[in-house]
Amino acid sequence: MSEHSNNSNQDSVISVRAMDIITAILFLVFSLVVMVGSIKLGASWGSDGPEAGYFPFYISLIILLSSTVTLYQAVIVNKKKKTESFVDKEPFKQVIAVLFPAIVFVLGVQLIGIYVSSALYIAIFMVWLGKYRIWKAVAVSIGVSVALYLMFEFWFQVPLPHGSWINPLEFIGVR
Amino acid sequence: MEEINALFGGFAVAMTPFNLLLMIVGVTLGVIIGVLPGLGGANGIAILLPLTFTMPPTSAIIMLSCIYWGALFGGAITSILFNIPGEPWSVATTFDGYPMARNGKAGEALTGAFTSSFVGAFFAIVMITFLAPLVAKFALQFGPPEFFSVYLLTFCSFVGMNKGSPFKTISAMMLGFALATVGMDTVTGQLRLTFGNPELMRGFDFLIAVIGLFGIGEILLSMEEGLAFKGAAAKIRAKVVWETWKQLPKYWATSLRSCLIGCWMGITPGGATPASFMAYGVAKRVSKDGDKFGTGKMEGIVAPETAAHAAGTAALLPMLSLGIPGSPTAAVLLGGLLIWGLQPGPLLFVEKPDFVWGLIASMYLGNLAGLFVVLTCVPLFASILRIPFSIIAPVIIVICAVGAYTVHNAMFDVWLMLGFGVLGYLFKKLDYPMAPMVLALVLGDRAEDSFRQSMLFSQGSLDIFFSNYLVGSITSLALLLLFWPIISKVIGKKKVAA
Repeated sequence: MSEHSNNSNQDSVISVRAMDIITAILFLVFSLVVMVGSIKLGASWGSDGPEAGYFPFYISLIILLSSTVTLYQAVIVNKKKKTESFVDKEPFKQVIAVLFPAIVFVLGVQLIGIYVSSALYIAIFMVWLGKYRIWKAVAVSIGVSVALYLMFEFWFQVPLPHGSWINPLEFIGVR
Repeated sequence: MEEINALFGGFAVAMTPFNLLLMIVGVTLGVIIGVLPGLGGANGIAILLPLTFTMPPTSAIIMLSCIYWGALFGGAITSILFNIPGEPWSVATTFDGYPMARNGKAGEALTGAFTSSFVGAFFAIVMITFLAPLVAKFALQFGPPEFFSVYLLTFCSFVGMNKGSPFKTISAMMLGFALATVGMDTVTGQLRLTFGNPELMRGFDFLIAVIGLFGIGEILLSMEEGLAFKGAAAKIRAKVVWETWKQLPKYWATSLRSCLIGCWMGITPGGATPASFMAYGVAKRVSKDGDKFGTGKMEGIVAPETAAHAAGTAALLPMLSLGIPGSPTAAVLLGGLLIWGLQPGPLLFVEKPDFVWGLIASMYLGNLAGLFVVLTCVPLFASILRIPFSIIAPVIIVICAVGAYTVHNAMFDVWLMLGFGVLGYLFKKLDYPMAPMVLALVLGDRAEDSFRQSMLFSQGSLDIFFSNYLVGSITSLALLLLFWPIISKVIGKKKVAA
């Protein structure tokens, strides 16, 4: 790890310590939200036993305590450890290169259905990141979509999303 | 020997041509899942679960559990040939497996790994056959306080046995519990923590969490590491298998130790991953040439593989007999039982003996089938890893999305899956353990029910968890494990001082 810490100051997007702090704060916010929600439901002892918010209230209390300790450890105890990198620039670009298209893909599934968006997603990914020839990408992506259709809708009769906005495959009988 | 009789009844259930076919299909799928990055036992089974809704439950569980065996076998292939553990429990196998493959002994290493896996699993299955009915019979006397104390033990042992920060373990676990409470309250019928959002009324399904955390999260991690697969050639000749089998009995002591470690870690929810490391560590310490470990010793493969399989298999014992899964994959199988309308727990042995014994019998057959499939088809599976990541990654994300959608036919779940994927990436990098979170999400409702029922009995007093010897000792053991990180520190300091 020695070469890591040498140049991590330039390449690092964010340090482990900073991410630890952010995550612990998110946990704290989450626990407060759950806590308020539980108190609204009633977190005490009703006429017929514990109320609906009883259990979640104590759960959120435990999260509150444990993430406070984690926060304390990250802020105070690990003060000197800030050189360690959570993720470097190049790997981070790679992660975004997968995550962002994945979000667009899911949006596509919602709007135009699973088959066309899967085919487009796989083909674009292959050509853009994998530098494949277009005909290869088209063959693989259409193959996967057809396999999905056969496996789920044809053999096992499990419906898949066809698109809430338009169904681009309606003309060939997918509905 | 009523267990033996019941087991033969089980073989009769499991040995129909349809079920045998499902076994082969399951094992093959499982190995593929185990080899591919981003797909593992837990999320692979979660994705395929909706396809089994229409099958008879016994056939469905046979296929799904065979996927699990296949995934356990598959992890070793990538570890030995590519130095990339396909599953977390095969990390320890890379230490000696990859050096052996580089020395041109890939065939021996793979044969050794597969055979040890089989031995570990077989040991654990025999244990399940005889121990599970006893545990179930014993657990029939359990009331809500006893069940809650067992849940407490399960979750506290995560805190006690995890190497990372106990506070992170607790946070992750409680996040699982909190997400489990969202939706309809099973006792009062009230809607909880939905904040007026109709999509949240269904609650958070743990299958979605499993697919996101282990599937999408894993893809993001692999992408960051920039995987380049450079592998040793793989071929197993019958002669090599035979030669390896002849020298394996030498390691019977290592094997037996690893079996015991594995079974213990599998029943208590330590899981296959720590079991494999522990077995490797113990073998290294005990062995005569322990200092040569890491250069390609067969013992260094036998130990972790045996333990991982024993643990992975033994995790089904508490799932079957108590309804408490010992690992995320066992949790997914338990989710399957619920969907097929079976109530996991001690009553299952009484009410559905055909199902239980059919499953146990299929474990014997499935592992035999698994051993056969992996020994004969290694080159085929190794070639899957040569498919570039730029094809694998989008295809796996598509498969995960399909899997998440089919659980409830809900688009919202697909978005949730993406969210869980980012969470999984974050958790993995920050050492928040995911297994306790998944188990909390699965068991949350039932743990809560048993807690509230106990509170009703006792009118709100926690004394009920110490009200008799049984529940008192389980609760005490749980608390001991919960505070183990502190206790072990104190003991360690005393030793240093002395």
